[in-house]
Amino acid sequence: MFRDRAKSVSRHGPDSQSAPGPQPVSASAEVYARHSHGLEEFFRALGPGAGLCVLDWAGASQASISFITERGFRLYSEDFYQLLETHFGPDDWYAAQQDQARAARFLEQTLPFPPASFDGALLWDMLEYLASPLLEAVLARLYQIVKRGGYMLAIFHADERVERAPVYRYRIGGPDTLWLSLREMRRPAQLFNNRAIEKLFREAHSLKFFLTRDHLREVIVRR
Amino acid sequence: MWKRREDETPSRPPVPPAPEPVREPAPAPPARPSEPEIPRGVAAIGKSVKIKGQIFSREDLYLDGEIEGTVEVPENRVTIGPHGRLQASVKAREVVVLGTVNGNVEASEKIDIRKEARLVGDIKTGRIVIEDGAYFKGSIDIVREAPKPQGAQPARTAPPPAQPGAPGPQATSPAPPADPKR
Repeated sequence: MFRDRAKSVSRHGPDSQSAPGPQPVSASAEVYARHSHGLEEFFRALGPGAGLCVLDWAGASQASISFITERGFRLYSEDFYQLLETHFGPDDWYAAQQDQARAARFLEQTLPFPPASFDGALLWDMLEYLASPLLEAVLARLYQIVKRGGYMLAIFHADERVERAPVYRYRIGGPDTLWLSLREMRRPAQLFNNRAIEKLFREAHSLKFFLTRDHLREVIVRR
Repeated sequence: MWKRREDETPSRPPVPPAPEPVREPAPAPPARPSEPEIPRGVAAIGKSVKIKGQIFSREDLYLDGEIEGTVEVPENRVTIGPHGRLQASVKAREVVVLGTVNGNVEASEKIDIRKEARLVGDIKTGRIVIEDGAYFKGSIDIVREAPKPQGAQPARTAPPPAQPGAPGPQATSPAPPADPKR
């Protein structure tokens, strides 16, 4: 029943110019560019306000830092995936996430911000790598630290049969362009359909879905 | 009358020059890209030195040891070498990080985080350059230069004007993946 998401990614190899998914930017660096309505909508919704503060879970990259700070925003950058690896690796992440003491330490070190610190949060696909109850605890903390009326961008795999999904490093290449480079393949903790996403963000003011050609759901969450 | 000149030779098909024996290039010394040479005249703290307290300098500094406290070099550059481990706040005109810094960094002009560097702390700077592979966790606050009043003569120490098309003072140097082919 389960299948490997790598197959659908490899279809969009360097020569497939018309392929619908991520397009290669540089073969040597294995960086792919893909259009992102979600990203476009996220920054459109945030508006031009200088001094807004954005949380980015993708880890620091020159491209994203330039894009965000050139808009006059303040950026808080952390590599959430690497923090997961540090706290719950190298064995079974999801089993380790059940350890309450480790989960509590992870929350303290990863989201140590006062309430209403951020106007926007770029969560990418990181929520898929959190098992319950840590997932709910992270979401509760996000609701605290993102201002009311602020926005979050989250990405989910639309194909619910994938067994392992590509974990990407996300960089912002432009207002509607993401540059993706593959970190590794990993089994998500859980996969979400539209109904599950709505349930996950039931406390949000509103949700906006964008289904991409490469089987992803980009979701803009308004706090 | 039409005597051939002595030095003239009959035309012959060009003969390719004999191939030179291929010499194996001498093995290069092991590359250590992250270990820059310490420029002469720069005050340096070596990798076996450990300092606790305040460092204040009016000249460029190279820190490759273990520092705990504060580092202040308001007019100059601080380089944290690959062996440098700072548990300190750093304030300087320009900061280059190759080692590890735990603490806030304020660089009035520019901060340069190299690929094997690790910086955990908040950054306040005019400009940031971060290489792929560097680890950074913290906030980035780009401080915009106040616009100069019109007609004012630039000070002698002012930075050169931006190149046409170059980003403003708050901007960072672009680092798109090489050779975009989209």
